[in-house]
Amino acid sequence: SRKQLVPPSVDLPRFLFRLCFQLSPTSPEPASLPAEDISTNSNGPKQEILLDDDQEDLFAEATEEVSLDSPEREPILSDGPSPAITPVTPTVIITPRVDASMFDRSPDEDEEAEENGDTFDLQIMVSDPEKTSLNLFNRNEFTVKRRFSDFLGLHSKLASKYLHIGYIVPPAPEKSIVGMTKVKVGKEDLSSAEFVEKRRSALERYLMRTVNHPALLKDPDVIQFLESTELPRAVSTQALSGAGILRMVNKAAEAVNKMTIKMNESDAWFEEKQQQFENLDVQLRKLHASVESLVCHRKELSVNTASFAKSAAMLGNSEDHTALSRALSQLAEVEEKIDQLHQEQAYADFYLFSELLGDYVRLITAVKGVFDHRMKTWSKWQDAQVMLQRKREAEAKLQYANKPDKLQQAKEEIKEWEAKVQQGERDFEQISKNIRREVGRFEKQRVKDFKVVIIKYLESLVHTQQQLIKYWEAFLPEAKAIA
Amino acid sequence: MMQEGLDDGPDFLSEEDRGPRAVNVDLQTDATLQVDISDALSERDKVKFTVHTKSTLPNFKQNEFSVVRQHEEFIWLHDSFVENEEYAGFIIPPAPPRPDFDASREKLQKLGEGEGSMTKEEFTKMKQELEAEYLAIFKKTVAMHEVFLCRVAAHPVLRKDLNFHVFLEYNQDLSVRGKNKKEKLEDFFKNVVKSADGVIVSGVKDVDDFFEHEKTFLLEYHNRVKDASAKSDRMIRSHKSAADDINRIASTLYTLGTQDSTDVCKFFLKVSELFEKTRKIEARVAADEDLKLADLLKYYLRESQAAKDLLYRRGRALVDYENANKALDKARAKNKDVLQAETTQQVCCQKFEKISESAKQELIDFKTRRVAAFRKNLVELAELELKHAKGNLQLLQSCLAVLKGDT
Repeated sequence: SRKQLVPPSVDLPRFLFRLCFQLSPTSPEPASLPAEDISTNSNGPKQEILLDDDQEDLFAEATEEVSLDSPEREPILSDGPSPAITPVTPTVIITPRVDASMFDRSPDEDEEAEENGDTFDLQIMVSDPEKTSLNLFNRNEFTVKRRFSDFLGLHSKLASKYLHIGYIVPPAPEKSIVGMTKVKVGKEDLSSAEFVEKRRSALERYLMRTVNHPALLKDPDVIQFLESTELPRAVSTQALSGAGILRMVNKAAEAVNKMTIKMNESDAWFEEKQQQFENLDVQLRKLHASVESLVCHRKELSVNTASFAKSAAMLGNSEDHTALSRALSQLAEVEEKIDQLHQEQAYADFYLFSELLGDYVRLITAVKGVFDHRMKTWSKWQDAQVMLQRKREAEAKLQYANKPDKLQQAKEEIKEWEAKVQQGERDFEQISKNIRREVGRFEKQRVKDFKVVIIKYLESLVHTQQQLIKYWEAFLPEAKAIA
Repeated sequence: MMQEGLDDGPDFLSEEDRGPRAVNVDLQTDATLQVDISDALSERDKVKFTVHTKSTLPNFKQNEFSVVRQHEEFIWLHDSFVENEEYAGFIIPPAPPRPDFDASREKLQKLGEGEGSMTKEEFTKMKQELEAEYLAIFKKTVAMHEVFLCRVAAHPVLRKDLNFHVFLEYNQDLSVRGKNKKEKLEDFFKNVVKSADGVIVSGVKDVDDFFEHEKTFLLEYHNRVKDASAKSDRMIRSHKSAADDINRIASTLYTLGTQDSTDVCKFFLKVSELFEKTRKIEARVAADEDLKLADLLKYYLRESQAAKDLLYRRGRALVDYENANKALDKARAKNKDVLQAETTQQVCCQKFEKISESAKQELIDFKTRRVAAFRKNLVELAELELKHAKGNLQLLQSCLAVLKGDT
């Protein structure tokens, strides 16, 4: 049986995002407090991110918790890079727990619970906790156990809370292992070790993206997910897999399109961005398909090289010229080593390149969803305006009809709808602002992710070539020695 | 050192092969008779080879001359050797395989059909590649036909064959057509009979240790070469597929690079450029493996079969000889047709001894040639693999240096 490379010799699947970011404490006043995104490599904050005004509403619970726990809260000033800004770097390492008998199985348990790759250990490390101005966690290093469905549950909660106000919520991993492109990657992928590793890696990336989002990290559901020993069983998460959420988002998008909203886009930025994301989506999907094909062929090459190696060994055995026989055996050994090399490279192809692309294809779907929500919000606002107009017309009519009680009601309705119009406008402005900020953050992250991955991937290719040189250099004198 | 501009032309063969073409067999070229294929033309469904001869032998009218031959004529020549009783004691150089452009042609056709569904750049790129593939197959078939002629020219007896001289010199069409259905069917039956007979003949234990050993050796060797040849083909095909994927990846990265407005566009463009170059190297690796490894194994598959055929013929002669002996004894016992039996026995004896004598030498030569060919090709394979890996490495490292300096 073929050797499973779990984990591979090169430190590939543990691709951890190490983004430092700073959290500003929630304060009771609805003043906008700037928080800066500081990447580890930059010299200072490059972008000002304004927290929104309704932050209070969203983090109501968090505010309570936080104010109890953290006696020291410093308001962060907006000017320039401040040494007071200290990074909170929760890093999450996920290791799979193969022992699925962890949780008691009740008879009405979901049949879909897989034997392997269902339960995972999360190891969370918060660095420099004493420096943080915000104590989110009770401990600095802790481990919890989570089921796959717990991750899905977390995502569904976050999606329902934040998507409609314009936050790009990272999508959860797919339940099934088959990617979005229909490339069959071969039987080996269904082996449990590979399956578990793929899932573990995907969950790790998902969680890191979530905690790297400054707003999401503070969300109580996220904190509870990271910290609590016992998590309440996620309800009906079967329907809310990553794919399920995406389907919801897509449905919303479709509904929006069906409404044929002809939005008067006053802001060219949005139109431009939407088009850019559209183009990016097309190309990333194409690239993803090609990379998946490469993974497939690389694995095939590995298998075929191993097979050839065995055949060459047999040929060497039957060759009756001693020196040639030996050289053929050496060739067989070289090819065997090369087969392992191809397998390792296929791992790199997949875990570095292919998975990143897959993640981004899903992320962009979430981005598109957020843009669509904005259109819905605009539409709602417009509808409210139309309604208000109607109510005003109705009131005007009643003025002449001389029905004082009906008139009173009409006036009240007008007030009601005036408020709704105001709210609609505020919501629209808010979501627009949020999206601008989110897209800025997203693009920065995207640039960083791709740069890091591309370099890592090229390094893996370098390693492969270096090994090849080593192997063939060792073989050459053997071939020359045939006399 | 890899130059910046990697060979962009559709030249898939390594530099070594541009001179005296791929000779999988190590042959001494003799001034008295030198044969090569100086040119070839690929027409719709046939290939025309220009066979060029240089000779000091008096048999030929001129010292240097060329004729045009097609594949069927090579087969005719080969078959004439096989059917010639005089050559029963030789390893007949294996016939070259038929030129097969079907797969390549199909791909070109598919590409033409799918032209609408891809960008102009993609189409041109793929077309170039398929043309290169076509050219590589073409060069290979030329090499294989040439090797056959060189083997004949190098053989002390076969080079004097009349049919061979006609083949080389007669500048008209030999009017040799391919076998028709009836003949093909006859061939099929002949082969069935032969293999059945072969089983019987090989079952006869040989007194001579040398031939007994050769029999066992060749049987096993032939099977293993067959297996190795098939496996190497599969391995090389996967390699080609991977190179094709990298090609597509390079194209998409380029598009991404041109579309992207962020910092990362530089990365995409640089990596796209890199992959364009590395995938050419990967394709060359596959092509070189094909030439040095796969073709080598295929050739020795055919030669080992030819050697087996020789052993069969000798075995057949041995059986005939032994049967003739028995018949003679019987005739002497009955005192009937003794003279006839004696003559038959003498003929069989002579035939058997003649074959045995030359067969031994042929088999020894076969081993020498085989070892030399494997050595040459394995060394060249390793050298080419190294050259390509180093080239690849350099490209990767220089790209990495640029990208890392950029972050």
